Amino acid sequence: MMSNLYPLLIIAVVLFVVLNLAAGLIWVERRLLALWQDRYGPNRVGPFGLGQIAADSIKLFLKEDWIPPFADNPVFVLAPAIVVATALISFAVVPFAPGFVVADLNIGVLFLLAMSSLGVYSVVLAGWSSNNKYSLLGGIRAAAQMMSYEVFMGLSLLGVVILAGSFRFADIVEAQRGMWFVIPQCLGFVLFLIAGVAETRRLPFDLAEAESELIAGFHSEYSGMKFGMFFVGEYIGVILISATISLLFFGGWLGPVLPPALWFAAKTMFFICLFILFRAALPRPRFDQLMSWGWKVMLPLTLVNLLVTGAVVLARR
Amino acid sequence: MLSLVRSLWEVFRHAFARRVTVQYPEQKAYLSPRYRGRIVLTRDPDGGERCVACNLCAVACPVDCISLQATEDEHGRRYPEFFRINFSRCIFCGYCEEACPTYAIQLTPDTEMGEYKRENLVYEKADLMIDGPGKYPDYNFWRVAGVAIGGKDKGQAENELVPIDTHSLMP
Repeated sequence: MMSNLYPLLIIAVVLFVVLNLAAGLIWVERRLLALWQDRYGPNRVGPFGLGQIAADSIKLFLKEDWIPPFADNPVFVLAPAIVVATALISFAVVPFAPGFVVADLNIGVLFLLAMSSLGVYSVVLAGWSSNNKYSLLGGIRAAAQMMSYEVFMGLSLLGVVILAGSFRFADIVEAQRGMWFVIPQCLGFVLFLIAGVAETRRLPFDLAEAESELIAGFHSEYSGMKFGMFFVGEYIGVILISATISLLFFGGWLGPVLPPALWFAAKTMFFICLFILFRAALPRPRFDQLMSWGWKVMLPLTLVNLLVTGAVVLARR
Repeated sequence: MLSLVRSLWEVFRHAFARRVTVQYPEQKAYLSPRYRGRIVLTRDPDGGERCVACNLCAVACPVDCISLQATEDEHGRRYPEFFRINFSRCIFCGYCEEACPTYAIQLTPDTEMGEYKRENLVYEKADLMIDGPGKYPDYNFWRVAGVAIGGKDKGQAENELVPIDTHSLMP
């Protein structure tokens, strides 16, 4: 009986942690942005302004959930669900501690890449079904951006896979007992970090949203909790990419003294903060700059990284 | 590429910079004495009303938020019977203060006028009147004006000569 309940318990814990963290990140992001802009941020509701999380959620739930009459109704409703669903499904393969994982797939990295790539459907469909030219532009940009960044995102991880000899997250983490993969794969790490920012459509690669050019891009027409779903989906994506970086390049739960889950949480949190720092500091590139960087600079660099890593591993065998 | 890293570092360093936010209800920003905030009606140093109900403020007001009715007391002093400012219209331009010939109407550095009901923003004379002389502590209009009122005849004001008797030939 207990053995049947254990996976359910893991699922419940993972869902609880991830969804609450995603909601909490609204507060974290606002406080951190304020910190780097010499302000205080929301500090009025409750201690340190933590009540802002509840206040924001209540506000979102009470907003009118309006579907524009010109929108393509079923697709319009489906789109925000996809982004959250795919991001949450990706967490099935992310181990929080040794053995604490929903599905210990032997192709975990591939599964994660596939699921996070499916998330772009949400943005494209949202932009398309809104029947609004700015939304459509946002959707088109998202599609083009994913197309060019997905390619080297997957390839940049292959260096790690070559070194570890496995697609399973647990194996990759255990292979870093001697040395974190960020040292031999430092180029791969930088490339994956850039691709990860583009993947989550966060600043500076938020061209699909680009509020200064496209109003709010793909979610211009969304309100209430449907908009909230995009928001939560974006934060889950940030957590996912941060968790992936810490697992694949920074030894995941490996670390002295503290319990493994705490090490993993600390490393993940560090990269979440780095994501927010990107937002605070970096300007948004032009659309064509983004594309040409992706194809002409990032992709060749990734291929070189992959070839050199493969050659070194073969030579040392 | 390096410039991006540099700007990341520069922004990160701002985490340790001084905050520019003024935590409003606890701390208050400094407003200069000339700040154009809540409008008051001031009094002479001897406690009498300065306002002579000349209506110049109401004329100068670009949004017509001032209304008043002139009347006279037993000494022949003009004063407003009622004086009403609708602060939901007022734009705090200060034209009324500039127009006022007796320094009666003045703007003060006070901005905390929030109300839950719009009607509460209509200030009557009792709400506007203050006990002091405001920005001009020594000025007393009726003491310098050449108008005869009860207790002060022609020629008795400050710096005023006794009126010339135009029917006399004497120098």
